[in-house]
Amino acid sequence: MIHRANQIALFFAGYPHEEAVAGVTDHLKKFWERRMRDQIVAYVAQGGKGLHELALEAVKRLQ
Amino acid sequence: MALIQETDHGETDYGTPARIAETLVTIEIDGKPVTVARGTSVMRAAVEAGVQVPKLCATDNMEAFGSCRLCLVEIEGRRGTPASCTTLAEPGMKVRTQSPKIAKLRRGVMELYISDHPLDCLTCAANGDCELQDMAGVVGLREVRYGYEGQNHLKAEKDQSNPYFTFDASKCIVCSRCVRACDEVQGTFALTIQGRGFESKVASGPTNFLDSECVSCGACVQACPTATLMEKSVIDNGLPEHSVITTCAYCGVGCSFKAELQGNQVVRMTPHKDGKANHGHSCVKGRFAWGYATHKDRITKPMIRARITDPWREVTWEEAITYAAGEFKRIQAKYGRDSIGGITSSRCTNEETYLVQKMIRAAFGNNNVDTCARVCHSPTGYGLKSTFGTSAGTQDFDSVDETDVIMVIGANPTDAHPVFASHMKKRLREGARLIVVDPRRIDLVRSAHVQADYHLPLLPGSNVAVINAMAHVIVTEGLVDEQFVRERCEPEDFELWRKFIAEERNSPEATESISGVPAADLRAAARLFATGGNAAIYYGLGVTEHSQGSTMVMGMANLAMVTGNIGRRGVGVNPLRGQNNVQGACDMGSFPHEFSGYRHVSDDAARLLFEEAWHVPLQNEPGLRISNMLDAACEGTFKGIYIEGEDIVQSDPNTQHVTAGMTAMECVVVQDLFLNETASYAHVFFPGSSFLEKDGTFTNAERRISRVRKAIPPMAGLADWEITMRFSAALGYPMPYRHPSEIMDEIARLTPTFAGVTYEKIDQLGSIQWPCNAQAPEGTPVMHIGGFVRGKGRFLLTRFVPTEERTTGKFPLILTTGRILTQYNVGAQTARTENNVWHAEDLLEIHPFDAENRGIREGDRVSLTSRAGQTTLHAHISERMQPGVVYTTFHHGFTGANVVTTEFEDWATGCPEYKVTAVEVTLARRMSEWQEHYLETRKQTTQILTEAAGD
Repeated sequence: MIHRANQIALFFAGYPHEEAVAGVTDHLKKFWERRMRDQIVAYVAQGGKGLHELALEAVKRLQ
Repeated sequence: MALIQETDHGETDYGTPARIAETLVTIEIDGKPVTVARGTSVMRAAVEAGVQVPKLCATDNMEAFGSCRLCLVEIEGRRGTPASCTTLAEPGMKVRTQSPKIAKLRRGVMELYISDHPLDCLTCAANGDCELQDMAGVVGLREVRYGYEGQNHLKAEKDQSNPYFTFDASKCIVCSRCVRACDEVQGTFALTIQGRGFESKVASGPTNFLDSECVSCGACVQACPTATLMEKSVIDNGLPEHSVITTCAYCGVGCSFKAELQGNQVVRMTPHKDGKANHGHSCVKGRFAWGYATHKDRITKPMIRARITDPWREVTWEEAITYAAGEFKRIQAKYGRDSIGGITSSRCTNEETYLVQKMIRAAFGNNNVDTCARVCHSPTGYGLKSTFGTSAGTQDFDSVDETDVIMVIGANPTDAHPVFASHMKKRLREGARLIVVDPRRIDLVRSAHVQADYHLPLLPGSNVAVINAMAHVIVTEGLVDEQFVRERCEPEDFELWRKFIAEERNSPEATESISGVPAADLRAAARLFATGGNAAIYYGLGVTEHSQGSTMVMGMANLAMVTGNIGRRGVGVNPLRGQNNVQGACDMGSFPHEFSGYRHVSDDAARLLFEEAWHVPLQNEPGLRISNMLDAACEGTFKGIYIEGEDIVQSDPNTQHVTAGMTAMECVVVQDLFLNETASYAHVFFPGSSFLEKDGTFTNAERRISRVRKAIPPMAGLADWEITMRFSAALGYPMPYRHPSEIMDEIARLTPTFAGVTYEKIDQLGSIQWPCNAQAPEGTPVMHIGGFVRGKGRFLLTRFVPTEERTTGKFPLILTTGRILTQYNVGAQTARTENNVWHAEDLLEIHPFDAENRGIREGDRVSLTSRAGQTTLHAHISERMQPGVVYTTFHHGFTGANVVTTEFEDWATGCPEYKVTAVEVTLARRMSEWQEHYLETRKQTTQILTEAAGD
């Protein structure tokens, strides 16, 4: 799961920060099923170790 | 060989090919004026005027040859009797097709032929379907004055080596049609005329047909005017008496075929001349490998069992459906609404796939529906939608006729899309240039009369680096089509991208160490692409089945836009969709995140449309993809699945994970023709129907919607769409359709790109390429003309991110996977036909250098190991691999190729990274543990208890 989120972040990392975070958030909303999103939200709530900073920020915006 | 006299479905043989020309020429045939394009032969003009000049060596899918001397005519003002096939119509010509002199000459020619031909017409397999017979009748042959005692070829031996057709040399009239078919139509050049004069004979090289370069496409059989090249099925059964036009169920070319029958038995499948995708050509699979439909393994009765270790129990449809529905309801009550889902496949028609996703959305109440595209071209959908606005290829196949530079990336069309590859090779022989980007030296790089200008043998995993480097060359060397970009693309995105791509790290020199591609070659290839004229990209799973699959698709789209190669014939971005209806499955919204027509489930307007039509509220959140379903199953939150025609246990990566997920579920329903690998984990088996047994439509790689027509009744009594309807009804959501055309009508009502599609229109036009609506009432061959579907094209940043799958000391080689010509995907169909004579097992292809270092010789059993698992197979030493890269196929269950592939996927769509797995290969003395376990399990899980007679 962390790996998947980081891969998404790496794609958007080339863009300006705000656009990148929005891109990752949008992707998670569009393609990740509820259970998967719940899992990563819970993971971030516990610190989100190992997550790319863009992924971390994007997941925080998911709530 | 136009046998069946029915409404002309393109059956007339015009003798020589059609010409397209602006200048027209008017001539007279027997006093009748006829106007034709300049370059047309007199023979063809005569047919247009309603006169069939007798012929034997001429046929209209090949250039004129002029050898049989039967088609002689008289032309006013010219001496002698020229052959009408090789004579071009010229203004003012007056042609006489019949006269006493011509009649005498023709009879003389026939006399010569018949003096050296067996006279067993009545017992010959071609009786009633023989052009020699026809011509003897037409010219009025009454006697053969030479007698039959002279030297002849009547004792010539038959070559019966090919499993599907026989070459009976005694009946050959050396018209050379077979040789020319193999040259011009197929492009394999396997046949020749050996010897001269009386010694002339057709030869498949120095060997028989089977051992020759013949790829068994059947073009020669189709072309042969006599019984010389004849299908074994016709020899055995006799000639068919009626036919049905349908579409092939194998690859994404979607060839149009005539199923020729005796009663309810298929006698042969012949390529349909009017097929817009194949123009009368075929490959070994569609042409000959259709016997699986009546194979003894075919399951025709529904079956259920409580545990997967129990033997199957045959039951009635009622019992099986009630049981499955009961289980699914129980599971949802216990584990929640999202605990069940379904998977469709491209084996099913558009209508059937639409029904499954409708049932899942409306009856299951969730969006847990996915399809086979997940593991092949889902990145195409994502990448092209993001850049252009549509999730599909931009051209039709015929567009290649106007292409000047063909770039093939990560595809092996001569194996996987053979009929289109033949078309492409024709264009290449006319002078188009070729760039091949593939780690392997595929056949297209160098084969008969075809040679790539550049072969860029990149290392697996470096696609994006290579495409970026090509774009870098174009941008930094001033080769950008500035006008196109200015008019047609988003300016801000372009500027951002231009700056990025011009960075030094994207240069061919900087990426050489990553990709292994010499910088000079890459620069030259990029320049050719940008300046060689119309440039088109054709790509396959070597692009998509990577962790950067979607990124690579965007990279190719960027390249096409920056060189202005979109929006007209001869250019474009062309995904070679692997399967007969994978495009259709995607179009039908068989996705967890999209409805039909690629509208996201959160799109309120679209969802409302479906809610109103289906009378039920629908979820606006994305559901689970296949790999996520398996994850959730392992986590205990996904317990029931309905799988129609897909064999995920064999085709999906990381087999251990797949089987763990399958075992964790409580009710697995498989609808298929055979007990495949997935059925070993199933509790309910619905016997499905093959493409010969149902009505519906398939959509090929060109977005072309074609009819599938029922040729024989469904062997299990129900077509696939009827089964889904009953299942849905048992779940409390009845779907009362009387015929698939009604399903298509509903699809058209609810899907803007399909708005104008009806069965009537398909029948009328032959096929329709979507979008088909008010703006394009007859469909759309070429897309994005004048503007992109999304308005302006978007350049997207495609930074190279190396895959995390790396070679190590322990796993120093890279495994890449693919398909071959004679077997198809999981082999459900082809492994149950005679095609096994070419490929009875999957082999590991390894470069001589790597083999020698490991003491491996040709045919040795080797162990293929990755961090995911291990399997064994036999080795094949091949120089088309490069050192460091090995290759295998996944056609046979026992091979377990996917035991070795990993969980890595495309970042955007989850398409598995089949093309890059770090492995080691060593000699093995016995099969692997997994394979032993596989054999035991398979034996146990495929037992069927048949109902004892007299119960």
